[in-house]
Amino acid sequence: MSLELRGITKTFGSFTANDSINLKVETGQIHAILGENGAGKSTLMNIVYGLLKADSGEILIDGKSVDISGPSDALSVGIGMVHQHFMLVPVFSVAENIMLGHEKFNKFRVLDLDEARKAIRAISEDFGLQVDPDAIVETLPVGIQQKVEIIKALIHEAKVLILDEPTAVLTPQETDELLNTMRDLKNKGTSIIFITHKLREVRAVADQITIIRRGKVVASVAPEASEGELASMMVGRAVDLAPEKYAHEMGSAILEVKNLTVRDALGTAVVKSVNFHVNAGEVLAVAGVQGNGQSELARALINLEEHIEGSVLLDGREIRGSSIKDSLHAGIAFIPESRELDGVIGSFSIAENLILDLHDRAPYSKGINISAKVMQEEADKRVAEFDIRAQSIMDSVSTLSGGNKQKVVIARELSRPIKVLVASQPTRGLDVGSIEFVHERILSERDAGRGVVLFSTELDEVIALADRIAVMYRGEILDIVDSKVTREELGLLMAGISSSKASA
Amino acid sequence: MLNRISQIGHSLKLPGLSFLMAFTITGIIIALSDSKVMGKIGSPIEFLKSAGSSVGNAYLALFQGSIYDTRLAESGFFEGFYPFFETLVTATPLILTGLSVALAFKSGLFNIGAQGQFIFGAIGASYVGFRFDLPVGIHILAAVIAGMFLAAIWGGIVGFLKAKTGAHEVILTIMMNYIAAYFILWILKTPTFLRKGRLDPLAPEVKESARLPLLAGSEFRIHAGIFIALAAALFVWWLLTKTTIGYKFRAVGANSKAARTAGISVPFVITATMMICGALAGLGGAVHVLGSEYALNAGIAGSLGFDAITVALLGRAQPLGTVFAALLFGALHTGGRMMQSNTGVPLDIVVVTQGLIVLFIAAPVFVRYIFRLKKLNVASALTSKGWNG
Repeated sequence: MSLELRGITKTFGSFTANDSINLKVETGQIHAILGENGAGKSTLMNIVYGLLKADSGEILIDGKSVDISGPSDALSVGIGMVHQHFMLVPVFSVAENIMLGHEKFNKFRVLDLDEARKAIRAISEDFGLQVDPDAIVETLPVGIQQKVEIIKALIHEAKVLILDEPTAVLTPQETDELLNTMRDLKNKGTSIIFITHKLREVRAVADQITIIRRGKVVASVAPEASEGELASMMVGRAVDLAPEKYAHEMGSAILEVKNLTVRDALGTAVVKSVNFHVNAGEVLAVAGVQGNGQSELARALINLEEHIEGSVLLDGREIRGSSIKDSLHAGIAFIPESRELDGVIGSFSIAENLILDLHDRAPYSKGINISAKVMQEEADKRVAEFDIRAQSIMDSVSTLSGGNKQKVVIARELSRPIKVLVASQPTRGLDVGSIEFVHERILSERDAGRGVVLFSTELDEVIALADRIAVMYRGEILDIVDSKVTREELGLLMAGISSSKASA
Repeated sequence: MLNRISQIGHSLKLPGLSFLMAFTITGIIIALSDSKVMGKIGSPIEFLKSAGSSVGNAYLALFQGSIYDTRLAESGFFEGFYPFFETLVTATPLILTGLSVALAFKSGLFNIGAQGQFIFGAIGASYVGFRFDLPVGIHILAAVIAGMFLAAIWGGIVGFLKAKTGAHEVILTIMMNYIAAYFILWILKTPTFLRKGRLDPLAPEVKESARLPLLAGSEFRIHAGIFIALAAALFVWWLLTKTTIGYKFRAVGANSKAARTAGISVPFVITATMMICGALAGLGGAVHVLGSEYALNAGIAGSLGFDAITVALLGRAQPLGTVFAALLFGALHTGGRMMQSNTGVPLDIVVVTQGLIVLFIAAPVFVRYIFRLKKLNVASALTSKGWNG
């Protein structure tokens, strides 16, 4: 089944999210849609899936115009969608989730789960998606949950499958498995629309790549295009994908972490007796699949966690057990994982956000009086230095894009005298341009002799920036390896298989 | 500047329309509950005429009872303002308790405890007021400080408990209100507070030297407390916008996680906020005793601490807004009495009006729907956390 979009336009007020977009997905084709955050990919897919109504334009299936005004219309014409955030009931079994909304009853008016099980097994065999119909969804790994979502779409006989950023939550191995599944589906005649910003995956699996920038289709290319070409089309200018990292002399250990254990509120250890050190002028990346204790470890370094045991030495001085404020002012810059939740105060102005850590010190305040004048002067400097794009420093931060919010956080954290930068997922959800900026900043801190601890689930980022890589698995650091390690080796470590076991 | 004005205009639109709708519905209730009006239901024109005059008279009485009464003006233009001065007297403690609740909102806390804090302010001021002999200015100051101090501790206990244990301030303040309400009943029966020769719970009057000066002579009850209340509003505004403490309060109120991550001590903010809120409500209690009541009695707080919540909500937790909201409520209260005695419309109808105003303020979507307003681009002032906050 082929899907064609003709002249799709969608505006929100004065903002044009989609500007007469033309797109054709052939039968049995994997069609990647590549674009930065906010380029209009999601809007377009929500129109195709009937969640939004286009202002103008038409959707054609096998050459015939169709009217899609809701997800049920989309399903009935054979369009299925797997959302980035799964739409599953965690406490239900796979079979219960799949029949949800289309419940069938047997002659005793009892749910007929057997039929659902049969249907699931049939799909599993047809498409090589192995899933136990009676497993409870919340006990399944993320990769399997995604398969459940795909089965859910296929069981309604979806012939065009939309996958919205499907690899964001997967390990490298799970990603490879998904790419294989996509190829299988394609060979069975299913068309796939693959939305992503990951260039490597696009080139590995797509038959055709459409690039969207600011609501417009800027190019439609074959997967033979290089990553650099794709990135520059996406951003609209030449992009430095692998930042220059110069070899240089490292100093001695500036941050030493010894036997650090972090417990959650229930007393369960989420970080288990971790040891590592970071040298001055070095980037230590902490890699791992999300949820293996990296977030807690990062937070524990500035005492944000409640229950911490062990030792954190900053330049030889114990900071574990200090207040958060003292940890920060002892010389740690901290870029939190979630900028909206932990990084910025949305309703505060840019200027106010920039002094969140320094508001009660000179020159920003005298006694208890805050100097609005100094605050604004300093804000003007930071906005220029860190290229924060805003109309005014008095704009509230919630009006900024993700990249500019992150720049506010970085500008604030790097404006203190620091020895170590702790960055937790600093490029998550950012566009290519902002990622470039963050990477440059991280490396310039390294080159200036600061120690950097970079927590990241993005393998490309880890490999590009790190001098050494620590891999976390279930709260432990499984191994610390040189940055010349291969993706495969890293992938195995992230899946919990240490090199000694792997070689055995 | 123009931008600022249009912003203020925007933020007034919603309370203004809520106000209008509340009075419209109150008018309908007044008309429908009037048996004379309902007697004419057979003839539509007569019915409407009669309804109009019934509602008109009621609202005229409300105005005369709260702002300016031409009948009183016969003995002098100035005398006509007697109702307005009464409004100010009623509004004074309400401004202070309202500020207490509003400030807590700014820190993301829901202070239901203004009632209890008010009571302790009144107890402290009353005791110093009748027990000691001090020179005029110093006596007032000492009594006010005693009241604020006790109330700050009373509020501070809540802040400390929340900061240390995470207990929810709503539960804590409600419980503390009960304790305060029974504490005042008990203390009024102790020999220290019992008036000589009396058995009913009534404390001696505070001495002349501790009373707040009357502003318009002994004919009127208006006293210097209104200036204290306005100064307190100015203080809260200054604290929130110009100081490091207020910055911390607002940061924690708007996003406590980000504030904490940047090194701001959330326990400090919670404890300090509740102490200052306590002191503000306590100042309300002190001013009420020293300015208009003079003698501490069991019902001294009335429902001032609870009306404060409504006032702070109506004022969108802004100091100036809270002052206006308190003035409005003061006017409704004093005017309501005149309405009851002149037209027979029960005083309770005023409470209905208050309730409706808050209902519409709390349901902005509904008001916007009725008036086809665009979504107002004003950041919500009320960021009190839910039960897990």
